[in-house]
Amino acid sequence: MLKDITLGQFFPGKSIVHRLDPRTKILLLIIYIVALFLAKSWCSYGLVLLFLIAVTCLGRIPFKAMTRGLKPMLVFIIFTAVLNLFYTKSGTKLLDWWIFEIWSDGIITAFFMVMRIMMLICGTFLMTYTTSPIALTDALERLMNPLKKLHVPVHELAMMMSIALRFIPTLIEETDKIISAQKARGADFETGSLMRRAKALIPILVPLFVSAFRRADELATAMECRCYHGGEGRTRLKVLRYAGRDWVAFLVGALLLAGVIVLRRLGL
Amino acid sequence: MDPTKSIIEIKDLTHTYSSGTPFEHTAVAHIDLSFHPGELAGIIGHTGSGKSTLIQHLNGLLKPTSGQVLFQGEDIWKDKKFTHSIRGRVGLVFQYPEYQLFEENCWKDIAFGPKNQGISGDELDARVRRAAGFVGISEALLEKSPFDLSGGQKRRVAIAGVIAMEPDVLILDEPTAGLDAAGRDAILENIRAYQAAQNAAVIMVSHSMEEVADLCSRLIVMNKGRVAMDGTPAEVFTHVDELTEMGLSVPQVTSVFARLRAMGLDLPADVYTVRYAVARLQERKGGRSC
Repeated sequence: MLKDITLGQFFPGKSIVHRLDPRTKILLLIIYIVALFLAKSWCSYGLVLLFLIAVTCLGRIPFKAMTRGLKPMLVFIIFTAVLNLFYTKSGTKLLDWWIFEIWSDGIITAFFMVMRIMMLICGTFLMTYTTSPIALTDALERLMNPLKKLHVPVHELAMMMSIALRFIPTLIEETDKIISAQKARGADFETGSLMRRAKALIPILVPLFVSAFRRADELATAMECRCYHGGEGRTRLKVLRYAGRDWVAFLVGALLLAGVIVLRRLGL
Repeated sequence: MDPTKSIIEIKDLTHTYSSGTPFEHTAVAHIDLSFHPGELAGIIGHTGSGKSTLIQHLNGLLKPTSGQVLFQGEDIWKDKKFTHSIRGRVGLVFQYPEYQLFEENCWKDIAFGPKNQGISGDELDARVRRAAGFVGISEALLEKSPFDLSGGQKRRVAIAGVIAMEPDVLILDEPTAGLDAAGRDAILENIRAYQAAQNAAVIMVSHSMEEVADLCSRLIVMNKGRVAMDGTPAEVFTHVDELTEMGLSVPQVTSVFARLRAMGLDLPADVYTVRYAVARLQERKGGRSC
């Protein structure tokens, strides 16, 4: 039951998008988002959309997986569309009924806003679909390296993130087990008032917290046994290195951004 | 209750996980089994042979993909209320049950199960104390927090939490895993005591051949989601080669005797406990000296 939860699921693969350096992908995502927010015409939106579709195809990610990612955001998307539809008051008036007014610009703005949000979500999903969580934290650590000068504990933050990611499946499995065990003792989680159901969670949460603390303690000991002492002087097994394809990717990203800016200047 | 009538019966049970997805996996297939009151059965099998899936069907935690589980002749899935009430009649102790303790003292934790069955007042207190007695938890310990106990004591409190529901069928998944020899013997003794006192059917999943050989009157061998063998320990342990093929072993004394037989000594093939082996050897020795 709990196993169905996916959090920025990773689709393992060997495509060119998968093989890009994770740092490249993060930076490219930022470029993509900036381009998306600078776009304000049909042409520039089209250009960004083209880029999105091209990367999706290159990464061999099924379009179904992309639309599935949009589903949980549907309410938010519709809400934005409705707000934009009724609050833009320029262009020609198309409808005037009771307190509702719809203007031609409203329709266009609503459409663009919906496109923008959907493309934003799809772009982010594209990155998590093609990059393993471990590679992502690795890349974040490297990208945030300059912040060390400001005494930001970059390595520790990255380590915390990878440990958290590593333990999500473990804790889900553990929760499943505890739920089964308490059900076997006749616990009932499905009926009763809200108060009763909240109370019914105690037999799950207490053992879960106890075991999480126990695991943390064991992990800390195990790490210390292997001489872990933080990021100082620590080398890596897999050193991230930019390859030729990364520079090509940066070039494509730069062209995308330039294209959007030029189109904006031209007023298209 | 008629002792010859089965208390729980599995009919053509199949369970498939994540059916309809690429992760589809059939854990158990076409299982037919029945258990009688007063029976002490052991289930053995390699990791992934479907033991855990099987036992979770017996108290309605898992719903069969096809097939039926009957409790005293009635389908446990016939209605929601019945399924829920079955959990009290068929007690299931999971592996490492001490990890499910949550209350502030042992008394409350043991009382959780019977309380969910709707028992309260003096009857509840009596049940808790009776269950604690079965597993050898003293009155003084009942007031303590379960988190202050030793590993073996925690395990016993957790088992008492299931026993307190006074189930007609008690199922234990590796009740002795990770315990020392003394703790193991004590828990096995507790299980036997409960079985004798309540005339309950006890089903025990184990990895230790010595343990099931010593305790159980019936052995069920699972392999790849199916029942491979079902019989008395003497019957099952004569199939040394088949068991080895399934990644299982036989009790050490059985393999010693098998080797001796292979070397040409005239010894019985049904030896599976040290006690029995010693008796047979002494018999032989006595025979020769005469």
